[in-house]
Amino acid sequence: MDLSFTTAERAFQDEVRSFIAKNLTEEMKRATALTPSVFSDPDIGMAWQRTLHKQGWGAPGWPIEHGGPDWTPAQRWIFETESARAGVPNVNVMGVKMVGPVIIGFGSPEQKNFYLPRILSGEDYWCQGYSEPGSGSDLSSLKTRAVRDGDDYIINGTKIWTTHAHHANRMFALVRTSDGPRQQDGISFVLIDMKTPGITTRPILTIGGDHEVNQVFFDDVRVPVANRVGEEGKGWTYGKYLLEFERGSGIASAKLREGLKAIAELAESDLTGRAIDSPDIATRISEVEVDIDALEMTELRLLSALQTGQNPGAVSSILKLRNSEIRQAVTRLGVDVIGHDALAVEPMRPLYKLNHAPALPEEMLTMVPEYLNGRAYTIFGGTSEIQRDIIAKMMLGI
Amino acid sequence: MDLNPSDEQRLLRESAERFVAGSYDADHRRKLANDPLGFSPAVWKQFAELGWLALPIAEEFGGLGGGAVEIGILMEAFGRGLVSEPYIATVVLGAALIEKCGSAPQKQARLPKVADGSLKLAFAHSERAARFDLAKVATVAHKTAQGWRLAGSKIAVLDGHAADEIIVSAHIHDHQGPSGRIGLFLVPAKTPGVAVNDHERLGGGRACNIELSDVQLPEDALLGDRSDALPAIAWAVDRAMAALGAEAVGIMQVLLDTTLEYTKVRKQFGRPLSANQVIRHRLADMAMQVDEARSMALRAALKVDAEPVERARAASGAKAKIGRCARFVGEQSIQLHGGMGVTEELEVGAYFKRLVAFDTLFGGSAHHYGRHAQLGRTAVPA
Repeated sequence: MDLSFTTAERAFQDEVRSFIAKNLTEEMKRATALTPSVFSDPDIGMAWQRTLHKQGWGAPGWPIEHGGPDWTPAQRWIFETESARAGVPNVNVMGVKMVGPVIIGFGSPEQKNFYLPRILSGEDYWCQGYSEPGSGSDLSSLKTRAVRDGDDYIINGTKIWTTHAHHANRMFALVRTSDGPRQQDGISFVLIDMKTPGITTRPILTIGGDHEVNQVFFDDVRVPVANRVGEEGKGWTYGKYLLEFERGSGIASAKLREGLKAIAELAESDLTGRAIDSPDIATRISEVEVDIDALEMTELRLLSALQTGQNPGAVSSILKLRNSEIRQAVTRLGVDVIGHDALAVEPMRPLYKLNHAPALPEEMLTMVPEYLNGRAYTIFGGTSEIQRDIIAKMMLGI
Repeated sequence: MDLNPSDEQRLLRESAERFVAGSYDADHRRKLANDPLGFSPAVWKQFAELGWLALPIAEEFGGLGGGAVEIGILMEAFGRGLVSEPYIATVVLGAALIEKCGSAPQKQARLPKVADGSLKLAFAHSERAARFDLAKVATVAHKTAQGWRLAGSKIAVLDGHAADEIIVSAHIHDHQGPSGRIGLFLVPAKTPGVAVNDHERLGGGRACNIELSDVQLPEDALLGDRSDALPAIAWAVDRAMAALGAEAVGIMQVLLDTTLEYTKVRKQFGRPLSANQVIRHRLADMAMQVDEARSMALRAALKVDAEPVERARAASGAKAKIGRCARFVGEQSIQLHGGMGVTEELEVGAYFKRLVAFDTLFGGSAHHYGRHAQLGRTAVPA
């Protein structure tokens, strides 16, 4: 067992570093640091996606025949870690990391040829239509209905928590095409053009003051049957496959570490009256850092296991759970470190394009919004309670 | 980067687990608890035959040249059986200090004997007034015409009663007065003036308090030269904490497995305890914390030879985190066993007590988060 990188891996690390140094603009970096929601806005995020694509690094997890770079797990680790260290934009994962693998796994040749290159290049911007107002953790109770009419489905219903629906030109959605004996049956996976008549989007502001999620309404929306991925009624299987990507794509520790570092730097600065001199703050920083160390080791252990062809299993639930909890601990610490400045609300967005001087130092601007919005981390992608159910069932057999 | 065990490491794990499963059961442990030695000399001999005493010792001294990862593998298996042989005292602490600080003749005279099982060691460092501060040593070694004169009091000396030779830390006072340096002294157990008051140790095995009054030692009792031994002490304790962390993982795994099994068979309100979501989620949290502890023990082992600040932060981070996980897993194992968990009739309590001892030894979680934070300010976090 060995934590050090091989000569080839170190060379790759240098390659990634110099690529990022050459291509990541100050504007992108600043915008990323000043974005208190999960994903960068598309102007920033997609600019980075295009840069990666030009280098052939647009989709690290894809097989080589669809444009993946054919990296080993260690190379993916290095890429993600260096990206986090440099503060690259948080590209919306809905395309490359979510719908992409489903199309690759279950899509028709026509779908692969049409959609995959557009995901890679950033030409298409995707959102996810899963949750509904009445279907949260109990996702398979979803009611948005697709009724067959010739070569089309006619879709009626509503989706909620739709991240970046207001930016997206495409949505992948789970819709009910029939009522089976189990509620998981009769669900289909469809790809929807967001410009189709009958689709309306309502913004939902989160408690941090950001517009990232939406509710989307479908009113007699016609979607070609050719836009269904895989078999009719098998959508639940595909959707679950994708959720495992959402949870297990996790090389999350590097980002957590950067977030903590920024807070630790604030705690050591006069801006916070040296919050670090409070033993409570100093110890809490260490507690969170150690939790990140543990998560990082679990990620590396998983990567090593994957390299020998083993399955992640319930480890992806452990990673999701710990990542979300630690992220919340980081943001909680951020609020506590900035002290009285936590009282100053900056309602304008984006924070990197303010046309006035904010009431608090720029490096503090995201602390409170990130903490508030960050309550969602233990809710989306399967709540912590659902993850514990999965761990109990898959790891412990109860 | 590869965290998959090598074939040798896999074999070591298998043989250690097989040995522990075959030799260590509840009856064996009960017998040892009432034994004044607290462990089995026959088992110690088998450790020697299996090569486990030689494991981390360099090949030139009759050892196998293994590293902290191999020790961790062994210790995790020891944890599963609550092994009480003086492995930490003799091999992980004692032999390591001699190998690190000793002169060539000192090493040659002792390390082969540790490897073959004929020499047992202990490390007497902690003092009551020092709490967990490794730098705080009130025991004094005065330079005399013939050698050294030691005086002081030590506590929490693991397995000191069984040691042939005790390594004692003391502040060196030479002819000019206090030197400001700590030395390590090889003290044969039978030396006049050494009073060993041993006691049963929480969670199995034994430990002792040692009074040193006017202990006369020869010139070559000082391990190595007169340079300050504090960095070596910190190094050895960090290694021991990594090893103990792995042992704690083995203990926690047994508690998790036992508790899981119990909640499946124990029925209340007409159904197994594990049918309740509140119980399932508790067990999921326990499983997660065992896994986090496993990650941290491995991390500390992989960093024992890193530069001092990185090594110390990894060791303290592991000690603090595993300590917390250990308390949680231990306390919840008792909780989920109900009233029976609080009795000596089940083994859960014995495993729990060893975890409490682990958390306390060399400083608890609060101390080590503090050390981690202190060291963090002088270093750029990796």
